[in-house]
Amino acid sequence: MTTMVAEQQLTVFEKGAPGRRAFVAPALDVPEVDPRALLPDALRRSEPAALPELSEPEIVRHYVNLSKRNFDLDSGFYPLGSCTMKHNPRLHERVAALPGHARLHPLQHPSRAQGALELMWNLERSLAEISGLPHVSLQPSAGSHGELAGVLLSRAYHEARGETRTKVLTPDTAHGTNPATVTMAGMEVVKVGTAPDGGVDVDDLRAKADESVACLMLTNPNTLGIFDANIAEIAHIVHDVGATLYYDGANLNAIMGITRPGDMGFDIVHFNLHKSFTQPHGGGGPGSGPIAVSDRMEPYLMDPRIVRLDDGGFDLRGDSPDSIGRLRGFQGNYGCFVRCYAYIRSLGAEGLRDASATAVLNANYLLARLGDLAPLLPLAHGERCMHEFVLSGAPMKRELGIRTLDLAKRLLDHGFHPPTVYFPLLVDEALLIEPTETETRETLDAFAEAVAEILAEAAEDPEIARTAPHTTPVRRLDEAAAAKRPVIRQAL
Amino acid sequence: MSTYTAVTDADREAMLSAIGVEDVEDLFAGIPADLRLDHPLDLPPGAPEQDVYAHLRDLAARNVSTEDELSFLGGGMYDHYVPAIVDMLMSRSEFLTPYTPYQPEVSQGGLQVMFEYQTAISELTALPVANASVYDGPSAVASAGYLARLANGRGRFVVSEGLHPHARETLRTYAHGFGAQITAVPLRDGRTDADAWAAAMDDDTCAAFFQNPNFLGAVEDAETLASAVPDAGVVVGSYDPIALGILRPPGECGVDVCVGEGQPLGNRLDFGGPSFGFFAATEAYLRRMPGRIAGETVDAEGRRGFVLTLQTREQHIRREKATSNICTAQALNALGGVVYLTWLGREGLVELGELLLQRTHYAREALCAIDGVEPLHSQPVIREFAVTLPVPVQEVVERCAEQGVNPGLALPEHDALLVAITELRTRADIDRLAEVVREAVTA
Repeated sequence: MTTMVAEQQLTVFEKGAPGRRAFVAPALDVPEVDPRALLPDALRRSEPAALPELSEPEIVRHYVNLSKRNFDLDSGFYPLGSCTMKHNPRLHERVAALPGHARLHPLQHPSRAQGALELMWNLERSLAEISGLPHVSLQPSAGSHGELAGVLLSRAYHEARGETRTKVLTPDTAHGTNPATVTMAGMEVVKVGTAPDGGVDVDDLRAKADESVACLMLTNPNTLGIFDANIAEIAHIVHDVGATLYYDGANLNAIMGITRPGDMGFDIVHFNLHKSFTQPHGGGGPGSGPIAVSDRMEPYLMDPRIVRLDDGGFDLRGDSPDSIGRLRGFQGNYGCFVRCYAYIRSLGAEGLRDASATAVLNANYLLARLGDLAPLLPLAHGERCMHEFVLSGAPMKRELGIRTLDLAKRLLDHGFHPPTVYFPLLVDEALLIEPTETETRETLDAFAEAVAEILAEAAEDPEIARTAPHTTPVRRLDEAAAAKRPVIRQAL
Repeated sequence: MSTYTAVTDADREAMLSAIGVEDVEDLFAGIPADLRLDHPLDLPPGAPEQDVYAHLRDLAARNVSTEDELSFLGGGMYDHYVPAIVDMLMSRSEFLTPYTPYQPEVSQGGLQVMFEYQTAISELTALPVANASVYDGPSAVASAGYLARLANGRGRFVVSEGLHPHARETLRTYAHGFGAQITAVPLRDGRTDADAWAAAMDDDTCAAFFQNPNFLGAVEDAETLASAVPDAGVVVGSYDPIALGILRPPGECGVDVCVGEGQPLGNRLDFGGPSFGFFAATEAYLRRMPGRIAGETVDAEGRRGFVLTLQTREQHIRREKATSNICTAQALNALGGVVYLTWLGREGLVELGELLLQRTHYAREALCAIDGVEPLHSQPVIREFAVTLPVPVQEVVERCAEQGVNPGLALPEHDALLVAITELRTRADIDRLAEVVREAVTA
């Protein structure tokens, strides 16, 4: 089949014409020297890189038109479970763009970056308070990067005790980044089962916890949206064999100001500033994944660290003898820190707690609104949820002949971004729904009604959902063909 | 009602009734009572938008940014001009507020941007495959190490001391995890010592890393370095993307994996992030790449479309056998990168490189005309160079700062100053730099 390419599907490399340009170079204002004397031919590029050649109006039109082929949170409901697609306040963009933040060089001497270091210090203190763990490093760039920090920290902690521990326990409900991180840190994943109530299978944990275990990685509430009430016992089992307890902060939005990982017995927590703390998701980043740790993990934290000086000023120190080292360049994603600090200052303690309480209220309300559909879309575990919940599309598939994927695609025709689908893996035909606190009751009602309409429609004619979406810029895409013969750049 | 929520008392009542509980607190019944906080978090109270703005503005005012002084700081991030269209496009809701394009039918904009970005990086590096971004330059170096480790199973990294210190430290942290030893190769007259480099290679060489131009600004002989690496070893070059406008691309020099810090491409300094790391490789490593990759395909009606592809490499499918743990990367920053490269265009990137080459040469000559100031090395430089000083470098930096000039990065271990030039630093600015450095070293 020949691919049909409409005007709006041309790439920027297929537009423009030789000689067109947007950039006007500053004048050469120094005496010109033979460029080949400065950089000999052997080290030079022989042909310019084949970048596009477009005027500025063409570039603007190209990318603005492309942007219109995206669904975004500012336009509609985006209940992507485990991703916390909450509103991105625009104040944050304004303050992050202030030149004192945006044009601050990362190697500026600390004495001339006191505002930035104070901001980072204050953010560290706030995250320590929210998590109940006293020591914070803001350095990791995203959740999975924070996980890597945490597992390397655990490893360093055990190594300092002369122990070589090789195993990391993760529940079978865990996000894929957990096991991938464990391998990157040179350790072995051991899966722990899930009990019928959706929590960790404590007997299975007890059987697998021994002195070869470095760490247990856990999300609480877990990816089923259920708070594991056995957490104190779990912590006891893990600490009893000398292992550490790691908290994956993907679901922190359920518990801010309500309960704290540190109080539950966790040693290490990562935060997703792009989830709980409103850093815009950017179409897949940037994120930011600070970690907070207990006293016993503190010696191994990444360098550099912010320290408060006797005179009240701040400095960066990079000489901790037991630090695991550095995980990236400079100090981390400072632009994200500015936004998230603004958020914490806007809400304060009361506002953060209310955000979590409302997130849980909204999730339970949406779950209740979908209750009439339970014969087709039952809740996977329990009766209620925290900030998100998992439905199983298995009865729907059996009764109506449409899969979770079809329901998701048909939701696009109703103007909604679908929930996370086919995760967690242990629920058949899973739909993971996280409405967040910033949605209105009317939006939740409209979403519930859309799901009901789709199921009613499928009872009459399942083909409509099976071939959905029908109203989007493109229809279902052939992902198998893309992977079989990868075309991952424009042929020029 | 807190900021950014919408639940009124009437809403709450109706919602609780639908749920079948009396109070919102009942929804937390699953959390054991002894784990529930019985007091508010100890945080400052919430504040109106105007107050938060004022606080963040006050903090900003206590930083000395590149708008507040004449800055020649570089060392991995550079104060380039960011064109207005980059800001405008990066702040559009449609690019700013979605997440990873899990639903391609409503994410064609973001996916096509990734595809275009990958094409631009592939062109820049002359390597056939590029991913959609990783966190930053140093973590890209470390990710290249993991790729090599999984590809050939060998245990030793050979690392030029011209590689950025942050990249070397990040690589060391990662390598301690997945298990690889590091052999450092020193510089000779500013460039990687080719003899020591060749001598460091053996049957256990997993990968060999250099930077171009290197941390001291020197252009490396990439081809000679690459040819010394045994066939099974992975040659990793970390490149400055602006220099690639005029520098021989790594794909023509035998480099297998080219990574680098993307900040110079239209991204703000932001005190170190967010920016993006780019990651390109030869075809052989396509299925070992970390992170997201967008690919072209067709929809059910035969129309061109784009999807995330080769996902069986990734953590959400392959879990503990994934090629990387990366999930969220730097999509928005990569958008800034490809818009910037499009704005510069085919000729503009070359013109920018040639301008920096001339101004950097002028600046090096101007500083070295000062008594006691000498070039740290004699190698060609494109946008950054190092000079040694007759007085302790930190003193010079402080004296210059009093004059409103940040002369560059102090390198106390070399008693040298690392000076970076961008198109924003004019001849008049460079003359001013030379003047204050002259005063500082003769004071």
